[in-house]
Amino acid sequence: MTTATVPLLEFDSLRVTLPLGGTQRTVIHRVDLALAAGSAVGLVGESGSGKSLTARSVLGLLPEGARIEGDVRFDGASVPAMRQAELRTLRSRHAAMVFQDPRTHINPLRTVGDFLTEALVSVRREPRAQAEAKVVALLREVHVADAERRMRQRPSELSGGLLQRVMIASALAVEPRLLLADEPTTALDVTTQAEVMAIIDEARENRGLTLLFITHDLALAAAVCDRIAVMYAGHLVEELPARRLVGDAAHRYTRALLASRPDPTVPDARLRAVDGRPLSAFEAGPGCPFAPRCAAAQELCHRERPEPRAVADGRAACHFPHAVDPQAVDLDAVDPHAADTERTAR
Amino acid sequence: MTDIPVLEVEGLTKRFGEHTAVDGVSLRLASGESLAVVGESGSGKTTTARMITGLESISSGTVTMGGRPLPGPRARTAERLAFARRIQMVFQDPYTSLDRHQRIGDGIAEVLARHAPLHGAELTRRRDELLDQVGLDRRQADSRPRHLSGGQRQRAAIARALAVEPELLVLDEAVAALDVSVQAQIVNLLAEIRGQRPISYLFITHDLGIVPHLCERVVVMREGRIVEAGPTAEVLTDPRDPYTRDLIDSVPRPGWKPRRRT
Repeated sequence: MTTATVPLLEFDSLRVTLPLGGTQRTVIHRVDLALAAGSAVGLVGESGSGKSLTARSVLGLLPEGARIEGDVRFDGASVPAMRQAELRTLRSRHAAMVFQDPRTHINPLRTVGDFLTEALVSVRREPRAQAEAKVVALLREVHVADAERRMRQRPSELSGGLLQRVMIASALAVEPRLLLADEPTTALDVTTQAEVMAIIDEARENRGLTLLFITHDLALAAAVCDRIAVMYAGHLVEELPARRLVGDAAHRYTRALLASRPDPTVPDARLRAVDGRPLSAFEAGPGCPFAPRCAAAQELCHRERPEPRAVADGRAACHFPHAVDPQAVDLDAVDPHAADTERTAR
Repeated sequence: MTDIPVLEVEGLTKRFGEHTAVDGVSLRLASGESLAVVGESGSGKTTTARMITGLESISSGTVTMGGRPLPGPRARTAERLAFARRIQMVFQDPYTSLDRHQRIGDGIAEVLARHAPLHGAELTRRRDELLDQVGLDRRQADSRPRHLSGGQRQRAAIARALAVEPELLVLDEAVAALDVSVQAQIVNLLAEIRGQRPISYLFITHDLGIVPHLCERVVVMREGRIVEAGPTAEVLTDPRDPYTRDLIDSVPRPGWKPRRRT
């Protein structure tokens, strides 16, 4: 870190265990990550990687019985150390979250208008008329046509894409500094996804928001974020600038993920599968969590967990990171997988 | 290879009351060919697949397999069984499509005993062959679905479908619920299976990314109708219909930026 300013959000050796099946199981092994104010970071991972729990730890929304080691700091203040009143202030004024399935986070019996004004009227004590005017403006900001009519409708009358825009408007209503978006477009069609992401991107730009975007889609994260952080089995395995992702990803897992989803419009782009399945954090052995699936794994990888190390202007926790030819850096045409050993699924 | 298509669908239509979910869809699938049906939610792609497999009644239009019509609601059991041996379906969520009380291996053996029909050592040999082909080991064969990962369950569903040696496999969003790194395994497995035996795929998906790896031809559906059809490479690189273009432009890829249409 070269800047002296405090990051808006900082995970400092975060480790989380949960009581599962009678024992305390590790769900996040180690996350170190700093988000400068106004930046956008994509936290990418598959199921069981711990990406959603990492996001939830920011709002103190971890499940009952969770034990936290290390720290999560919002604007320098430790979230695990916050009292209930401080947590409420954090959630109602400073940080807002948008979830994957809007329908499970909105009361189906109340109108969209009730939902949107609730926090403003009951928590922030704003007059109803003022709150209503504010949320109508917000709906327009997220490009909901016919905002007044939508205010009177119930969630069941809105499509998934429209409802997700309502959720974004609701998140923006508290004028947060940080937006946490947990797979906000995963349940949407691909054309709707593009629209919703464009709206989040636009709001971020206009309002100078800091964004932590949780997704399983590397390409989507790279499109709207400045930096990408990749998680696997509860470990943050790589972090690097989004523009360098495709060419320079150093961790073998990041590269394997990229090769599993080639660009559909590039003829003959080969699909390379990774054997095995993603591990859950608690299944990770003593070595590198990705070692059992890694084509480049050596004996050391199975024995010793790699520490995150600096790779160019990023970090990777890999004993044998993919070496990038400095001559080839920044050439879009370079095949990033050329040096990898080819693996096919059985 | 014969000239008779494995599957021929003519003017297939499904009405739910006032709403027309599928509107005059026609498809032709040659022996050994793989066709993708691409569309978003509400496009009618799944309803089309369900009509073809007989899971949904047809409002109008025809479905013929190898020149013979789909058995109607009054068809005898023997006719239905004969049809089931020609066409099999793999669903999005193998957890709900597999019997949760039945061990994976037993589920495959049950299909073999009913349809093949095989007994004793012959049945066991064929079951193990199928398990091996989809990459499941002994331990997994003895497991119940809940003890397997999503990818393993989908392998089991594929093995079960292959047990009857169908001419046509209808795959309805068969890899959509899987993790990215596992999706590629299943797509490669399907490609490999098609390389080993004469089988055709009807691949229903909302995900264009996978289509080039599995299908030679693609049809794009919107609001119950086919808006574009052609060879995959052509449709994906030079789409004619504006909606197809929109669909392709919405797929995140390096250098891509999300854009609003409205």
